[in-house]
Amino acid sequence: MSDIQLWTLIFAIITFSVYIYIAYASRVSDTAGFYIAGGGIPAPANGAAIAADWMSAASFISLAGIVGLSYNGYAGGVFLMGWTGGYVLLALLLAPYLRKFGKYTLPDFVGDRYSETARLVAVLAAIVVSFVYVAGQMAGVGLVFTRFLNVNTTTGVIIGMTIVFFYAVLGGMKGITWTQVAQYSVLIIAYLIPAVAVSAKVTGIPLPQIGFGRILEELNGLQADFGLAEYSGAFTQISMPNMILITAALMFGTAGLPHVIVRFYTAKSVRAARYSALWAIFFIAILYTTAPSVAAFTKLQIIKDLTATSLADVPGWFNTWSDVGLITTSGGGPVSDLGTSTFSYSDVMINNDIIVLASPEIGGLPAPIVGLVAAGALAAALSTASGLLLVISSSVANDVYYKRINPAATEAKQLLVGRCAMAAAIVVAGYLGINPPGFVAQVVALAFGLAAASFFPILVLGIFWKKATAAGAAAGMITGLTVTMAYMIWTIDIYGNSDGLWNIPETGFGTIGMLINFAVTIVVSQFTKKPSPQMQELVEEIRYPGRTQLVAAHQDGEV
Amino acid sequence: MDDQQRQEYWRKNLRLLAVLLSIWALVSFGAGIIFVEPLNKIEIGGFPLGFWFSQQGSIITFVALIAYYVWRMDKLDDEYGVDELDSASANTTGHPGPAGGGH
Repeated sequence: MSDIQLWTLIFAIITFSVYIYIAYASRVSDTAGFYIAGGGIPAPANGAAIAADWMSAASFISLAGIVGLSYNGYAGGVFLMGWTGGYVLLALLLAPYLRKFGKYTLPDFVGDRYSETARLVAVLAAIVVSFVYVAGQMAGVGLVFTRFLNVNTTTGVIIGMTIVFFYAVLGGMKGITWTQVAQYSVLIIAYLIPAVAVSAKVTGIPLPQIGFGRILEELNGLQADFGLAEYSGAFTQISMPNMILITAALMFGTAGLPHVIVRFYTAKSVRAARYSALWAIFFIAILYTTAPSVAAFTKLQIIKDLTATSLADVPGWFNTWSDVGLITTSGGGPVSDLGTSTFSYSDVMINNDIIVLASPEIGGLPAPIVGLVAAGALAAALSTASGLLLVISSSVANDVYYKRINPAATEAKQLLVGRCAMAAAIVVAGYLGINPPGFVAQVVALAFGLAAASFFPILVLGIFWKKATAAGAAAGMITGLTVTMAYMIWTIDIYGNSDGLWNIPETGFGTIGMLINFAVTIVVSQFTKKPSPQMQELVEEIRYPGRTQLVAAHQDGEV
Repeated sequence: MDDQQRQEYWRKNLRLLAVLLSIWALVSFGAGIIFVEPLNKIEIGGFPLGFWFSQQGSIITFVALIAYYVWRMDKLDDEYGVDELDSASANTTGHPGPAGGGH
């Protein structure tokens, strides 16, 4: 066993034990605890949990690589702005009002505000979006185990599933939330240490966000030597309209993701919901402003290491990662094809995931730090997976079983159904992780388009427009979701592989789907039965924090 | 709160939202994408400005926007007497679900 494997194993064991301990200490016995942690999580902890829930395997492992390698700098801004800008929408337009409304799940709001039909559509959309997303997380867990511990993907995924099973089934939202606080701490430390160390080493400035500016000119220059477009040049990869569409789809999708929205129900009050959003964006911004710096520093080092070199002279990281097939020739063949010839950066193809996973090695940092990064990647994948699994389980147990099938179910019975649904979801997620439906980041990016096209419009209209009707919302959601999904299936490489309309990429189409949803909901609402005066008064009341009569009565099930 | 106060509170809230969301769009879609090329002619700390907005500046602005929103809404709640006491919000109704968030 190499040093790196040993340290990875040590960090994995330590962090997993902490998660299991926390889960045991915060196990729950009622549905409120299982679904929303009893609505009693303090804002900073809730913010950290939202951040961990939010920052997936894709954020931790792939983001810097996507920005630096496959999107060549500037174009990667769609992910940086898109995956953070949505929090402004969440904080200002949704979080305080949904918290005041105060139920368990996103379909709960949709069902109570609109109708039972709308609830079922919302349950379906929540489950589809969450499964698409969770498959990516499990695949991420498998990736880390394969790369760092040399176990096969299946074993890796099963280990991950067992851990999640233990704390999610036992502790529900309460266990998940406190575990996520620990997972955030692990992942952010693991992300920052190599970033700070490399920035200090290369530029003498320990703040990677500032050091980034010092190397940009050199990086642009080196890229020019290889005939690559400028790293900071605008629209070299994606046109301006598509930059706007993709960024918007990710932003509005973020604000419509069920596993993020449900987090605001766990806050203590409306005020705490607002503060949770603030803490969340703060914790997320720490990683999201570091990622583009990591991208630039690592890319610079990679290009320097791979300038007029040959297989006999390459640095150690090159061999580590070409052995597992993450570095290939530009044609996709094994690097041994290069033989004894001299080659450079542009002659090989480097997988996005390497940027973060190998950055400590590329930056010449010691083995314990590499192990820490592996533990951080596991934390990111597990925390997101557990949040998503909770959405799936609560949608099934609360919105389908309790609300539709057996409204007389006792607390204990509901909890049992919730736990069984969670266990089933973990098994399905594990299967999807072992047999992932396509490229991880691509699949995850699609989940945002679907969330933007289905949930965002009807949530905002449901809160800000008293006369949005049930028929309008159901029609809007169905049209938005269907059109977007059809476009994705039509254009995505592995299915239809068409250029689509006006070259709109499938990742940006969610914005169009969202606009269609808005239009359909508004138009249909003009011609269908208005919400009851009591419902309109209820919608009015969620605008004001503090206890109000109708909302309180509604939560007691009297309205 | 009577009806008139409610209307006032809501109007002020909406005005705040309009201002903050305009800034949100200006830094991301504006400075980061639409105006990126002219802004890139300006350089600060090694960064072309438009590029900086798309990679770092917009994110930092988002944090500031939400911080301002939280602070301003707290003041507005106090002004209109709709502030909540966090400690009192735990389950005042005796219902297993989340409390109304009131006191």
